[in-house]
Amino acid sequence: MTERTAFTAVTSRLAKLVRDDIDTDQIIPARYLKATSRAGFGANLFADWRESEADFPLDRADARGAALLLAGRNFGCGSSREHAPWALLGAGFRAIVARSFGDIFRQNSLKNGLLPVAVDEATHAALVACADEVTIDLDARELRFAGGRVGFEVDAFSRDCLLRGVDELGALLARLPEIEAFERRHA
Amino acid sequence: MRVTGRSLFDKVWDAHVVSDVPGGPSILYVDLHLIHEVTSPQAFDGLRARGLRVRRADRTLATMDHSTPTAPRRADGSLPFVDDAARSQVATLERNCAEFGVTLHALGSEGQGIVHVIGPEHGATQPGATIVCGDSHTSTHGAFGALAFGIGTSEVEHVLATQCLLQRRPRTMRVTARGALAAGVTAKDLVLAIISRLGVGGATGHVLEYAGAAVRGLSMDGRMTVCNMSIEAGARAGMIAPDEVTFTYLEGRPMAPRGDAWARAVERWRRLASDDDARFDRELSLDAADVAPRVTWGTNPGLGVAVDGVVPTADEAPSGERAAWQKALDYMRLEPGRPIAGAPVDVVFVGSCTNSRLDDLRDAARVLRGRKVADGVRMLVVPGSQAIKRDAEAEGLAEVFRAAGAEWREPGCSMCIAMNGDEVAPGKLAVSTSNRNFEGRQGRGARTVLASPLTAAASAVSGRIRDPRELLR
Repeated sequence: MTERTAFTAVTSRLAKLVRDDIDTDQIIPARYLKATSRAGFGANLFADWRESEADFPLDRADARGAALLLAGRNFGCGSSREHAPWALLGAGFRAIVARSFGDIFRQNSLKNGLLPVAVDEATHAALVACADEVTIDLDARELRFAGGRVGFEVDAFSRDCLLRGVDELGALLARLPEIEAFERRHA
Repeated sequence: MRVTGRSLFDKVWDAHVVSDVPGGPSILYVDLHLIHEVTSPQAFDGLRARGLRVRRADRTLATMDHSTPTAPRRADGSLPFVDDAARSQVATLERNCAEFGVTLHALGSEGQGIVHVIGPEHGATQPGATIVCGDSHTSTHGAFGALAFGIGTSEVEHVLATQCLLQRRPRTMRVTARGALAAGVTAKDLVLAIISRLGVGGATGHVLEYAGAAVRGLSMDGRMTVCNMSIEAGARAGMIAPDEVTFTYLEGRPMAPRGDAWARAVERWRRLASDDDARFDRELSLDAADVAPRVTWGTNPGLGVAVDGVVPTADEAPSGERAAWQKALDYMRLEPGRPIAGAPVDVVFVGSCTNSRLDDLRDAARVLRGRKVADGVRMLVVPGSQAIKRDAEAEGLAEVFRAAGAEWREPGCSMCIAMNGDEVAPGKLAVSTSNRNFEGRQGRGARTVLASPLTAAASAVSGRIRDPRELLR
């Protein structure tokens, strides 16, 4: 079973990229997908936007070193590239707070120890205005900031994997006898 | 025990649940795992690190498509890869498949092509199956009544190691297209219309089932186009119940069952259709006759209009989307309030897992026959597979493309994802039969207008976005 740093709680200022429908082609453009390892994608996170936009929000002084990213609705829509969470992790992010997420991105993130946190409209608006540190407490399933504390949802299985710092393959490998039995039944 | 009838999705899902993890996801068995060079290398590394093998190489099929050149071999026989990274990625897949015993349809082999084109062609894609691939357009295979969806690289490793995935049961939505599509209106226009209705995230968390007379009336190529773009509304999978059209397509394909096994399979497949009293979490229906040829004006596939429509202004945006619409309009530099037809075009791309099959090429050729690609327009036609390339050449389609002044290429993803050197230059506008018009998708700064092969070809000969119906009269 592969071990990684267990995720318990993260406290950081928010880097804010409050846009809707940020697709994985923006997170990591396709021309950077030719690498065959998991490393090095952080340097090209949002490469096209960083290059074309003066004052790109993540390059502002107040976003530097942030471990939490605040986005809009449907973050990570588009392709299945796991390079997207690898790039976000490589750039130092541990959790993404958004109104909602693309399905595949969400799954890919959970499998890499990057926590997707979906919040309601009111909480989102409060976080957009929040300049202070925010704590994401996975153990308590709670987001805490100056404006208050709100719970967030994460399924029990993913949460357990994240808290223990183990990946999901171990759980599948442990069930191989059942998989073999299934194959015998359906042969 | 369910008291109501079951949907196509329910039947396929239920038949593949190995067991449920308490308080968590289901263990879902995967019948067919498709592999390509971009999303698999780290998964194979993971197997090596744990000392694992590919558990069911017989259920795993690989090809190379994303990073591969579509230009012909050089005089010295070498392949014109865009860079060493692309060459190395392809070589890594070859090495991994050899080491782990996975069948690979490599570059230069007869069976090579875009992963979502060759699966059906080989008869590997079958009704009632679960099919996954490290690519979001895996939804394509749902056209056969399979449950097919894209996965990330960690999940690719899970399937290689166990032939299973941990998955939560998604919700279901039925999309019913009543009636029939009008002349000059294709499967691509239908699915673009559906995505505009749902929005780019509107089907997130759902599996779509496409139903209704207009869907039944589509060829397998058309059905694949529709299911292919399910992900562009956020749905991981789209499905169409198998019928005679499906069976006719599959019979005799290399990996399809034969003889008695074929007859038994067809009998089984006929029972997959949703029961009359099946329940769906959501329903959407539309009248196919109302669908016109569609083009996109924005930077996601949901932002589209009829080709005889007008580029909207940001003021028309739904509540909360004004800033996004303005950003999309600024990027696309199409004039708000003006007809979208007539906007000047630099590049036309016919290809991709969405629209690179024989029906698509026939549509493009129908418009191009006896006409020329307009001055200043570059048109690329990229068949989805070696088999399609051979068929198109035998049918004379390739000659139509060449005579019109289009480039006829080797199979691959090409300009859809622009990883292989086929790209649109910054600022240029491409009318493309691909699936994504995200910023920079076809090259940094490239502006993409999604369209059907008919509309793309009509735009190529006009040098401007053009309603294909004007050329088909």
